[in-house]
Amino acid sequence: MGLKTFIQGWPVYRQLTGADPLGRGAAAQSARSAALTARTETADSVARSVCPYCAVGCGQRVYVSDGQVTQIEGDPDSPISRGRLCPKGAASKNLVTSPLRQTKVRYRRPYGTEWEDLDLDVALDMIADRILAARDETWEDVDDQGRPLNRTLGISSLGGATLDNEENYLIKKLFTAMGALQIENQARI
Amino acid sequence: MAEAHPVGFQWVMEAKKRGAKVFHVDPRFTRTSALADTYLPIRAGTDIALLGGVVRYILENELDFREYVLAYTNAATIITDQFADTEDLDGLFSGYDPERYSYDQGSWKYQGHEQQRESEDTAKERETAAGLRHESHGMPVAATTQRDETLQHPRCVYQILKRHFSRYTPEMVSRICGIPVEKFEELARAWTENSGRERTGALVYSVGWTQHSVGVQYIRTGAIIQTLLGNMGRPGGGVLALRGHASIQGSTDIPTLFNLLPGYLPMPHHADHPTFDEWVDSIRHPGQKGFWGNSRAYAASLLKAYWGDAATPENDFCYGYLPRMTGDHGTYQQVLNMINGKVKGYFLLGQNPAVGSAHGRAQRLGMANLDWLVVRDLFMIESATFWRNSPEIATGEIVTEECRTEVFFLPAASHVEKEGTFTQTQRLLQWREKAVDPPGDCRSELWFFYHLGRVLREKLAGSTKPRDRALLDLAWDYPTHGPEAEPSAEAVLKEINGYEVATGRPLGGFPEAKDDGSTAVGCWIYSGVYADGVNQAARRKSRHEQDWVAPEWGWAWPANRRILYNRASADPEGRPWSERKKYVWWDPDKGAWTGYDVPDFEKTKPPSYRPPDGASGTEGLAGDDPFVMQGDGKAWLYAPTGVLDGPLPTHYEPAESPVRNPLYGQQANPTRKVYTHPVNRMNPSPPEPHSQVFPYVFTVSRLTEHHTAGGMSRTVPRLAELQPALFVEVSPELAGEVGLAHLGWAHLVSGRAVIEARVLVTDRLTPLRVDGRTIHQVWLPYHFGSEGLVTGDTVNDLFGITLDPNVLIQESKVGTCDVRPGRRPTGPALLDLVADYQRRAGMTPDRRVPIVTTGAASEAHERTAGGARDGGGDA
Amino acid sequence: MPDANSLYGPLDPAPDAGWVEAGPRMGFFTDTSVCIGCKACEVACKEWNGVPDSGFDLLGMSYDNTGALTANSWRHVAFIEQPRPAGHRTPPFADNPTGPPVSAESAASAAGTVTDTGTVPGVPPGSPEAAARMAAGPEFLGMPGAQPPGRATGAETRSDFRWLMMSDVCKHCTHAACLDVCPTGSLFRTEFGTVVVQEDICNGCGYCISACPYGVIDQRKGDGRAWKCTLCYDRLGAGKTPACAQACPTESIQFGPLDELRERAAERVATLHDRGVPEARLYGHDPTDGVGGDGAFFLLLDEPEVYGLPPDPVVTTRDLPKMWKRAGVAALAMAAAAVAAFVGGSS
Repeated sequence: MGLKTFIQGWPVYRQLTGADPLGRGAAAQSARSAALTARTETADSVARSVCPYCAVGCGQRVYVSDGQVTQIEGDPDSPISRGRLCPKGAASKNLVTSPLRQTKVRYRRPYGTEWEDLDLDVALDMIADRILAARDETWEDVDDQGRPLNRTLGISSLGGATLDNEENYLIKKLFTAMGALQIENQARI
Repeated sequence: MAEAHPVGFQWVMEAKKRGAKVFHVDPRFTRTSALADTYLPIRAGTDIALLGGVVRYILENELDFREYVLAYTNAATIITDQFADTEDLDGLFSGYDPERYSYDQGSWKYQGHEQQRESEDTAKERETAAGLRHESHGMPVAATTQRDETLQHPRCVYQILKRHFSRYTPEMVSRICGIPVEKFEELARAWTENSGRERTGALVYSVGWTQHSVGVQYIRTGAIIQTLLGNMGRPGGGVLALRGHASIQGSTDIPTLFNLLPGYLPMPHHADHPTFDEWVDSIRHPGQKGFWGNSRAYAASLLKAYWGDAATPENDFCYGYLPRMTGDHGTYQQVLNMINGKVKGYFLLGQNPAVGSAHGRAQRLGMANLDWLVVRDLFMIESATFWRNSPEIATGEIVTEECRTEVFFLPAASHVEKEGTFTQTQRLLQWREKAVDPPGDCRSELWFFYHLGRVLREKLAGSTKPRDRALLDLAWDYPTHGPEAEPSAEAVLKEINGYEVATGRPLGGFPEAKDDGSTAVGCWIYSGVYADGVNQAARRKSRHEQDWVAPEWGWAWPANRRILYNRASADPEGRPWSERKKYVWWDPDKGAWTGYDVPDFEKTKPPSYRPPDGASGTEGLAGDDPFVMQGDGKAWLYAPTGVLDGPLPTHYEPAESPVRNPLYGQQANPTRKVYTHPVNRMNPSPPEPHSQVFPYVFTVSRLTEHHTAGGMSRTVPRLAELQPALFVEVSPELAGEVGLAHLGWAHLVSGRAVIEARVLVTDRLTPLRVDGRTIHQVWLPYHFGSEGLVTGDTVNDLFGITLDPNVLIQESKVGTCDVRPGRRPTGPALLDLVADYQRRAGMTPDRRVPIVTTGAASEAHERTAGGARDGGGDA
Repeated sequence: MPDANSLYGPLDPAPDAGWVEAGPRMGFFTDTSVCIGCKACEVACKEWNGVPDSGFDLLGMSYDNTGALTANSWRHVAFIEQPRPAGHRTPPFADNPTGPPVSAESAASAAGTVTDTGTVPGVPPGSPEAAARMAAGPEFLGMPGAQPPGRATGAETRSDFRWLMMSDVCKHCTHAACLDVCPTGSLFRTEFGTVVVQEDICNGCGYCISACPYGVIDQRKGDGRAWKCTLCYDRLGAGKTPACAQACPTESIQFGPLDELRERAAERVATLHDRGVPEARLYGHDPTDGVGGDGAFFLLLDEPEVYGLPPDPVVTTRDLPKMWKRAGVAALAMAAAAVAAFVGGSS
């Protein structure tokens, strides 16, 4: 930086030579302030999304920089929400980036007193084994009059209202095929 | 609405700006009340009395929209003379079976339809929540009905309705609800004055209505009013449900529910649906009018989507693979079965029953008695940590070292870390784009269930057991992508939409579904969401670039229709009722229905069309029958079938109430679902003794700042700081009576639990004068539990389990309790306190809650026998 | 009355502060008559600006657990419960059996609950005063009553009730004393006419805090610097709406050119008067008031004090020009000396 540039960038110089003799406006603007821009403008990508809380279905725009969510705000194009969000919707970035988010599989063995680590693949395999065991233990082929039942009442599942339609579809399809009938979600409460 | 759905409330403010009057009815003065023109405090659990009063006001003053009512409702239809009303039978309808606590609906029928017995067993229908099937369609009735267009016949629906509600006078409303007469009249006046040809009124409710032992009848009463006033199928009208989860509508349409398959097809029942044909016929009712006639195609196409190549017409599309219901397999029955050791494994998918479900203690005791539990969530929730951090640990009821439940906590992907559709509360599907990859072990449910299915099928490969065929034959080959092999959500959506098996061409809508195995459709009502191979739910045409109906934003089921039954927005001749309220109308030049929305009618069926004799299916509906999913094309003021607790709504007291029913000897819903179990003791209500042990009414709901069981808000700093503690709102009067100090502690005791909360003394809660007594109500938010940034006792622990008979939803918006100053006891002393209350209230472990509280039961039962003998009557 | 000048009286502040090509002055109009108290503004502000939490304490001031505008809360929604009529509305509790309102006890408790927000002065003890007025009124009969409340019949004393909500924010005064006293030039007037603390300049001297006539600006403990609403200076630069206004579900917070907002606000007041809400009034809209008018002004439904706002704020630097005349020569001399020393030192 040359001396001239340096002096011209100095607030008092700008104050004495510019239109801001009291030095409270243009002359006082710092380099950082002058360079400020909304991080939404420099985002790598924007995903069009929907608020995950209630069922109003407010439109959201999710801004991403360097693989991180940097801002979630209302989508002004939405005819439902017109760009607005409630406190929950407005806290969506805080939701997905919350320090309390769990990102590792946790395992509590029977009678255990603490959580333990477990690999996801191992967990998936263990769960599959337990499903098959519970199914074998509680399978009902027919009722007492010989009519088909094809089911297990040894397995239950609860939840779905926070999930996608595609997910609910696969959940119901798989559980139905394994004969698990006791599938429920928040619509029942 | 401002409280729990603030962004939706902008439209109420918009209406208010244009001069609409806003009424708010709620036990407590909320943020909605603050913006309403008139607020009506109400005793929790008495809405049918209030709404019934409005029905009476309409009928006594003949303020109904008569032209609409005559043409579009069953007001003129004549009912069989075997029918007896609650006015005749002290709170019971004819046909009541006091042994099974359910109705034989034979005496409720339309005149001349007495022989039709599509349902032999309403107790069974209750077990299987059969009422839920009607989300997409009405119950069937035969084509022709007897009508009196003058509405004077003493047994026409109009007159029956009038007699039924004749005692719901403003004074009675006041006596039951605690709403002053003038307030009631202001509401009734405004509602009727703002409905009719030129104006429409909207009715909005949330789970404050559904979570009652008479929840379905609450909504029916609202629907009766809206139908009488001509507010259905018209812009600015309707009965609008504000649902509380992002895709709770979607998870009902594509149900993760025990009694339904996608598109409201019923899960087969072992006795009623042994074969594919019997199953299909129970849905479509051969010979019936209406749009439900094609259900064979929907059913066959679903099974084709499930079992692909293995599903053929010859093997009934693998119908035999479907598991069968034998009764009630709902979430509360499951929990009691867990306590009894019958359930081995449990999946929790983004739901937190330890906090969010009624009777939290039962939930946790059930989970502590499993072999294994899989919790998939964003956060560590109470339902995952019950073995180390539940109230039962403190009381010694659960001992960590002795609790055998194996727990897998699998972190889930958030809504920005996966793509897919949510269905919002008005049936609109909106596709979400994925923004970022999920962190660490976090995965979508799509990933988890796809790969779980893959592993299961690998483990079973080569199995010869018949039970494994359904898994091995399953169509389960979804394309995956990325390093984690994420399945394609779009491929699943395409299967939901349906496609031609031979070519893979996506269907344009459910009329293209076939019953010969040539189409596969995952959810027939969603067919069209992938029409032309385009993801219609991903459409995002700006609201600035289209009209106010915004048909190119997302996609609504069915057929992208935004207002159901919108044929009713035009008069019988097909002309808009008024220029102001025009929406869909008949264009005689084009010979077609047109308008702002997709017409909910056959596009070219003229208003003058009359069905030929004997016509069935859609052909049987006349050109002026707008309610096309109903068998008679009419809106039902009176439901001759399908609603298990009566053809008309009737005021019953909540299962737990400090008040004797002022209208009938029958205290509470005589068909409600009760579970007699030592863990589920219900507080006594009149006419039983000892109800004064629990003198106060409590109700619970949401705060703007939190979400449901708190798993997505107590864990989020921005929200947790806004409402950092559990509190109970009490009126100054109750504070004085009990000795509560603002911001001090109180504890609340029910026959199940005791919880503590900070006290907010506020004028927003008011005592009510009910039947000559002062009744105090308290309110609490139900968001709190023991995990997260801010914690508190779990309010839903106070509730017992009593369910609505139609849909098996629990009564968790009203209960009775005692309120005491100070903090609750801890450890075993807490159990002693509850035991002491149980002892004082006579709540022994083997006590059975009295269901029938009137002497009229035998007479009601007689009417059944008479009806059965004389079937056919004077037709 | 002092003369109008750069520090007092009507003025377009951006050009006055050297922004030669300044656009229209931008600001907020907060219409409290449609506020639903959802606090979306508080959250949206914190999310955008990365503002830390302000404590997890139940304050007992109705639904307000934020307490006040602080360095860690740049929007604050106040909740005021009053046993008073609300315009044309039907009294919410007409004919319900009632006893006396609770006011005093509630407010007294509220005063004792304020805890550390991690800022200075943070939430002053016992404030905002609105809490003390929460339910106070001439009807107050004391607690507890002579007989068990609620069992009395006929004492229908509590029928009127209203719940006021108001999202408060920095007023972005035309004459901003915080800016005038800032010795570092950290506080400055932007080209939008707003007042912004520049976090890279602020040295935490705290002069601005006592200068603010509204008690808005506040220091963050540990950090030491002053923080407040920037009217989302970065978003404005990108042509976007400030985060709070964009989120607001009911358009209670409106953002735009101040001239337009003032027109809109006047119309809104007239409409409300027509609809039987005579108590509707504007606050901070008047360019001739003690701060030359606010860049963020309000429609209120009661006296400003009810919301914890000063009834007649005056810029604390009003008399500065007079003082400057006397100190002018000395100041210039000092400045010249400073320039000489600096240039000399770096060459």
